[in-house]
Amino acid sequence: MNIQVKPVRTVELSKADFVSKQTPRWCPGCGDYSILANVQKVMPELNIPRENIVFVSGIGCSSRFPYYMNTYGLHTIHGRAPAFATGLKVACPDLSVWIVTGDGDGLSIGGNQLLHMLRRNLDVNVLLFNNRIYGLTKGQYSPTSEQGKVTKSTPFGSPDIPLNPMLFALSAGATFIARTYDTDSKGMQNIFKEAAKHKGTSFVEIYQNCNIFNDGTFSAVYERSEREDRILRLNHGKILVFGKDQNKGIRLRGLKPVIVDLDKDFNEKELLIHDQFCEDSTLANLLSGFDYPDFPVPMGIIRQVESPTYGEKIEEQVKSQIEKKGVGNLEKLLRGNHAWTN
Amino acid sequence: MSSVKAPLRAKSVSSQAKLPKTELEKATIRFAGDSGDGMQLTGTRFSATSVMAGNDVITFPDYPAEIRAPAGTLAGVSSFDLSISSNEIYATADYLSVLVTMNPAALKLNLQDLEKGGILIVNSDNFAENDLRKAEYTANPLESGELNDYRVVQIPITKLTLRAVEETGLSHRDGVRCKNFFSLGVVQWLFVRSLDQTRDWIEDKFKNKPEIAKANVLALQAGYNYAITTELFQARYNVPPAVLPSGEYRQITGNQAFSLGCVAASLRSGLSLLYSSYPITPASDILHELAQYKNFGVKTIQAEDEIAAMSSTIGSAFGGVLAVTGTSGPGLDLKSEAIGYAVMAELPVVVLNVQRGGPSTGLPTKAEQTDLLAALYGRHGEAPVPVLAPATPGDCFYMVLEAFRLALKYMTPVIVLSDGGLANASEPWKIPDVDQLPELTPNFHTDPENFSPSTRNPETLGRLWAIPGTPGLEHRLGGLEKDAVTGEINYEPENHEKMVLLRDEKIRRIAKDSPQLELIGPEKNKLLVVTWGSVFGPAFSVISDLQTEGYPVSMLHLRQLYPFQEKLGEVLLNFEKVMVPEMNLGQLSRLLRAEYLVDAISFSKLQGRPFLISEIRNRVLELIK
Ligand code: SF4
Repeated sequence: MNIQVKPVRTVELSKADFVSKQTPRWCPGCGDYSILANVQKVMPELNIPRENIVFVSGIGCSSRFPYYMNTYGLHTIHGRAPAFATGLKVACPDLSVWIVTGDGDGLSIGGNQLLHMLRRNLDVNVLLFNNRIYGLTKGQYSPTSEQGKVTKSTPFGSPDIPLNPMLFALSAGATFIARTYDTDSKGMQNIFKEAAKHKGTSFVEIYQNCNIFNDGTFSAVYERSEREDRILRLNHGKILVFGKDQNKGIRLRGLKPVIVDLDKDFNEKELLIHDQFCEDSTLANLLSGFDYPDFPVPMGIIRQVESPTYGEKIEEQVKSQIEKKGVGNLEKLLRGNHAWTN
Repeated sequence: MSSVKAPLRAKSVSSQAKLPKTELEKATIRFAGDSGDGMQLTGTRFSATSVMAGNDVITFPDYPAEIRAPAGTLAGVSSFDLSISSNEIYATADYLSVLVTMNPAALKLNLQDLEKGGILIVNSDNFAENDLRKAEYTANPLESGELNDYRVVQIPITKLTLRAVEETGLSHRDGVRCKNFFSLGVVQWLFVRSLDQTRDWIEDKFKNKPEIAKANVLALQAGYNYAITTELFQARYNVPPAVLPSGEYRQITGNQAFSLGCVAASLRSGLSLLYSSYPITPASDILHELAQYKNFGVKTIQAEDEIAAMSSTIGSAFGGVLAVTGTSGPGLDLKSEAIGYAVMAELPVVVLNVQRGGPSTGLPTKAEQTDLLAALYGRHGEAPVPVLAPATPGDCFYMVLEAFRLALKYMTPVIVLSDGGLANASEPWKIPDVDQLPELTPNFHTDPENFSPSTRNPETLGRLWAIPGTPGLEHRLGGLEKDAVTGEINYEPENHEKMVLLRDEKIRRIAKDSPQLELIGPEKNKLLVVTWGSVFGPAFSVISDLQTEGYPVSMLHLRQLYPFQEKLGEVLLNFEKVMVPEMNLGQLSRLLRAEYLVDAISFSKLQGRPFLISEIRNRVLELIK
């Protein structure tokens, strides 16, 4: 009765198999190109038949993404990709569902949908392209734009306080949160693969450059000459160190994280160790709160914990009700408990 | 007739037990009290008993939007009507034969509906000064003489109930709560009903709380005995069984019928059902009901909001299940963008809209038919959607099946318009033979040869449904205009116009594929009464009476509001006058005027309650004078 997705076929696929006929229409130089290329690169390595993969998006530059993937795709309405994906995934639990959204689509108009999908731990992968601007509507500030940001809609500076996507996801109960950036192919590929493996909502923020309306918004963080001092690369089980010479570390002083100079007061035992699998979210909270210029920006997997997924729970209920009551009989159901004959 | 002041303790057996039984063709009874008095339950139980006794029964619950308005106030009054009949009935009667009121507020709000000489049962324990003040009475109506036109039966229901349940040791509060069963006992006696069925029901319902079950049974029995042994009534009333078409029956409400229709559609199509919705009065019961049917493979989602409910429904349709959502007015507004998306992506979804009083929050618990134009036109762009409307509670079942048939065949969202009246009202429903139900065929496409998301069935223009998991058919759907041939994004002006016309034509073709119009009465006549939705009940009662009396009036009930069925225009032309009674400001009449250039005369009512039979009758008589 259920529409079952075909059993996994083992077909050798290549990157080219995931490139659709539609030519991307992003501006030349847009960070979206590199994200697309890296997603296409990773897809064949996931060993999932192409027909079982669905890309779902909302509205915005990033949301054009599904058109360029030669998989199933649904380019939906503004902000609602998580809701479309919820229906799809509950209907077809065996699909590999990817949501592509942006800082406007996911965190402004679609904040509620994203929140509730994360809370439910729907088994999908979310790629949130954060460029801190509205691109498709030609340059208004977004929920992640810095306060004071001058844009067309805020000629005297944005009065809004920006939202931190990692903290947002975490407080919604996300079981997998990670951050990467559009020029880091290796980092993206690694995280996409881990995200695909994770059972539950994998939430990935990708710093993405919009070279037309917000060029260089993250340059301070990831421009080549400075980035090793401004990025904290996360490795599970390793101490939190950064810097060109790996000579800076993070430790706690009381409840506050501080940066220490390893050349001066080095005591490795005092440094924090990254534990992405920790059930307790204190460390994840701490790391998520790090931002330039006060702290290096964490890149990598911040948190990855196991928890039952929404779909699993629903499937379980169907199964257990069938076990308990037997497969439903329509005639009996229509008759109800108090039928009579005339 | 003056009031009967009932003694607190019944006299020993009196002549009352041998009272004459009066045969009645039909009777209408209303139980009215505070929201916390259990009137809905009492009414439901009495209708169940009447149904089992073979009557045709129509019910109409009416309750306030507030869950518990301050006790005893006018705002908190909840009521339940039922008409029982030994003939087929289609609407509750305009006037009540019996009114049971548990407090002064209920009396004040409902008295005007009781026929002169009708029986008024009053809980006289609730007429203290404070109770009267809350109901905004300046003088006690039991003493002021204002009830002289009615047969008033005062019963100290609270005290008698407490005395009856004394032996169970229940707290005062719990004891008082049994008083609805006491009043039910009285009415059951009055209408010569056995208590067995109610007793069984109570015992089953409260099987985990035996002391509550016992107390309720005692209260029920006490009410019945009290009526036997006191000289409260001059007669008992017997409404003999109705002669309904033979077969197996059950009682059903509109929302139940929607739910069962969804499950039936699932089994008839071989697709599992996904119902995603956000709680909203008066549609929530559909979610409650379907959530119980997991063993039918039904999956339900309580979405975070109306938008998510619609969006997840469309997402699941893309995945290839039977996708349906339910809502009411404000929710329909919120869903409209996503419905437009389903029009564009051409995915099969069904939207059950249980209309309530609007605009905005309006009258959440009352019925209206004010969403018709919103269903047809409430989306930006040219976004045609088929719109259906059930006529009766039981008809909701068939309309869901029809909605799915159209959705699957034409690959389109379909809106079904019920209303707050149909949703909660119940009627005896002939249980359908499962094998006779329409077969629904999902035409999943699997052939990769020349496939594009724009490929259509040339006859219906329905797009092919290719679902994820099907190798070789990977494709993208979206809200952007698509190329008529390749299905890729296409912004060209000619292509857009072609697509707009194509989507329009696709839905128009449904007109040829719809059940034929059913005209009630002569094809040519002085007056045609055109109805839709729940107006069927009162209108049909009126028209069938008038036809028997020889008046030149016919009736046409529309269950498909968009597109109109073929021949509708021709049918309308055969009448000198066309009248459209609607619970809105003339939405259908406007559509008929625009489409067929007929001078459709609108007859409106917007009071959150159905037309009275007399209202329609009088207007019809005026028009054919
Ligand atoms: S506007 Fe910005 S984000 Fe959008 S495509 Fe152009 S560069 Fe990329």
